[in-house]
Amino acid sequence: MSEIPQTSVEVVPVDTPTLPVVDVRKGMFGGGQSGDTSGYGGVVRRVEFPAPAQRPFGGYFDEIADELNAALADDGLSLDAAVEAVVVQADEITFHVRAEHLLAFVTRLRDEPSLRFEICTGVSGVHYPHMTGREFHAVWHFLSITHNRRIRVEVSAPADHPHVPSIVSIYPADDWHEREAFDMFGIVFDGHPGLTRILMPDDWVGFPQRKDYPLGGIPVEYKGATIPPPDQRRSYS
Amino acid sequence: MADVTYEEPYGDVLGEDSAGEDLYSGAYDTTEGRVYTVTGADWDSILAPPEGEKERVVVNMGPQHPSTHGVLRLILELEGETVTEARCGIGYLHTGIEKNLEYRTWTQAVAYVTRMDYLAPIANEAGYVLAVEKLLGIVDDVPERAQLVRIITLELNRIQSHLVCLATGGFEMGALTAMTNGFRDRELVLDLLEMITGLRMNHAFIRPGGVAQDIPEGGVAKIREVMRKLPNQLDGVPQLLVDNGIWKDRTSGVGYLDLAGCMALGVTGPVLRAAGLPYDVRKAQPYFGYEKFDFDVPTVDTCDVYGRFLVRLEEMNQSIRIVEQALDMLEPGPVMVADKKIAWPASLSIGGDGMGNSLDHIRHIMGESMEALIHHFKIVTEGFHVPAGQVYSVIEAPRGELGVHIVSDGGTRPYRVHFRDPSFNNLQATAAMCEGGQVADVIGAVASIDPVMGGVDR
Repeated sequence: MSEIPQTSVEVVPVDTPTLPVVDVRKGMFGGGQSGDTSGYGGVVRRVEFPAPAQRPFGGYFDEIADELNAALADDGLSLDAAVEAVVVQADEITFHVRAEHLLAFVTRLRDEPSLRFEICTGVSGVHYPHMTGREFHAVWHFLSITHNRRIRVEVSAPADHPHVPSIVSIYPADDWHEREAFDMFGIVFDGHPGLTRILMPDDWVGFPQRKDYPLGGIPVEYKGATIPPPDQRRSYS
Repeated sequence: MADVTYEEPYGDVLGEDSAGEDLYSGAYDTTEGRVYTVTGADWDSILAPPEGEKERVVVNMGPQHPSTHGVLRLILELEGETVTEARCGIGYLHTGIEKNLEYRTWTQAVAYVTRMDYLAPIANEAGYVLAVEKLLGIVDDVPERAQLVRIITLELNRIQSHLVCLATGGFEMGALTAMTNGFRDRELVLDLLEMITGLRMNHAFIRPGGVAQDIPEGGVAKIREVMRKLPNQLDGVPQLLVDNGIWKDRTSGVGYLDLAGCMALGVTGPVLRAAGLPYDVRKAQPYFGYEKFDFDVPTVDTCDVYGRFLVRLEEMNQSIRIVEQALDMLEPGPVMVADKKIAWPASLSIGGDGMGNSLDHIRHIMGESMEALIHHFKIVTEGFHVPAGQVYSVIEAPRGELGVHIVSDGGTRPYRVHFRDPSFNNLQATAAMCEGGQVADVIGAVASIDPVMGGVDR
């Protein structure tokens, strides 16, 4: 198609440079395999994760932050020292914790009477191949039955050294969850008492839920036409 | 034998010690000691018993044992009849559902998650859909009727799931009548679910924005009729077992896990409530409007298999109460969110040639409105966009707290979906419940956790 100049539209405001950019998408439909027939090929969309939140965080989140700050002082730390960023989205708070302070942070979560997060509901690995230097994220969710609260704690690790601390010594319930995240993403939880595969066979090669690991599947033939496997089909984003 | 080139399973992440020599019997060091991989060989050929120790008797129970609740492999170390160590081997039903979801639209994913914990398909859908709706910011826009239909199906699902737990648990411990009764009553509930959703299991019924279908004509009366009949039917199991000496001997004091143990191991659901803590997500952090319902959270403090049995019995009665209240609250109205950019455009109906899109809808898109046709095509093939970010939703599934962690990259497909399945977590308590007990009690302890391997392995 012919060039249509001056049609680039920045839909998302870009005055907050700290936003982690997820992707920059062009065109109307996000399908990349065929040429643009819509006339909207010049549209550029920046997709970004929510910006770090500033105080007040709202609800009980400020209380948690204050208590954490006070509790971490006993370790010679502060909330700002232990946490890279705090994100509030959909009434949920995420503490992006620096890996080296994770154990101190999590110990306080469990032990401090004003926090008392009794239960860790497991860890979920996420792979962001485009975030150079922080490709792997381990995301823990904690539940306080006493105070009826939940928080999320996120730690990142680079792809060439995918190590994060294990919190099994503090929350034994996290044992299998960390093994699963290791099995699926290859995130190594340092200090885990027996980090082995849990769902895949012991001699499996590769980490299936990494983004560069193919889904697999075979093409399906139906009435002469062939439908490619799901990960090779046309997609929109 | 041809040379086998050995590729280190974990790459080099575990360090240089991890390199093995044989593809099928590799070994590498962990902080816990050396870990061996044995396939098609005897332990004896790999290593002798540690010095100063007698020969160990290690018994594999499962993965095809009829009493292990599905393809669960229990690795028991025995001394006579006493279990000295118990470990679980899981993964035999791993199907990569979470990975698959990353290649489907947000709506299509419902048909996958429903197959995870196959005894609680509605709960899986509800947890997933709640997370998607939270990220979309439409939790409050879902119509009242859709929420009530969700609650009705969720509670029916809970009843049928608990009935299977009692039935198979009874069967595994020799109470065959509990099994025949349980499956008979479950069929009544499954008939209702089939009437509402079209399928007995794997419903794919709860969709982002609402539910797939309204309750069919005459459906409410049918549900009421079964709810009237069910308490009588369900009474058969308590009459048979609650004061049954054999059953009590088999279950009391077995599989003991107290509140501290539950907390440390993150155990939720009936197992936690049988340890005396009335924690239920429906009460603590209500979703879909559970706060409007009047129901009790039953607890006992025996911390054993018998207590978990009692809790499940009473929970079924509470579920019946909730369904009856929900039926009273039902008002006519839509069952899908009004936002056409999210709502599924078509509804289903039964025609002369089977089930398909309703004729009214086909007439509209094929004969009346080109725009409606384009819209239908776009939203069915491309789907809708979900704002970038992450969210965690929690619901009370029959087996405990089901958590769903969803990450979106702003696209039309999930970037990452993780299910924190309650049976996956609770199965970790096997060792705490079984070690020091008898082999026969392992069966009861595992049955009281009620693991569903589809959910454990996903």
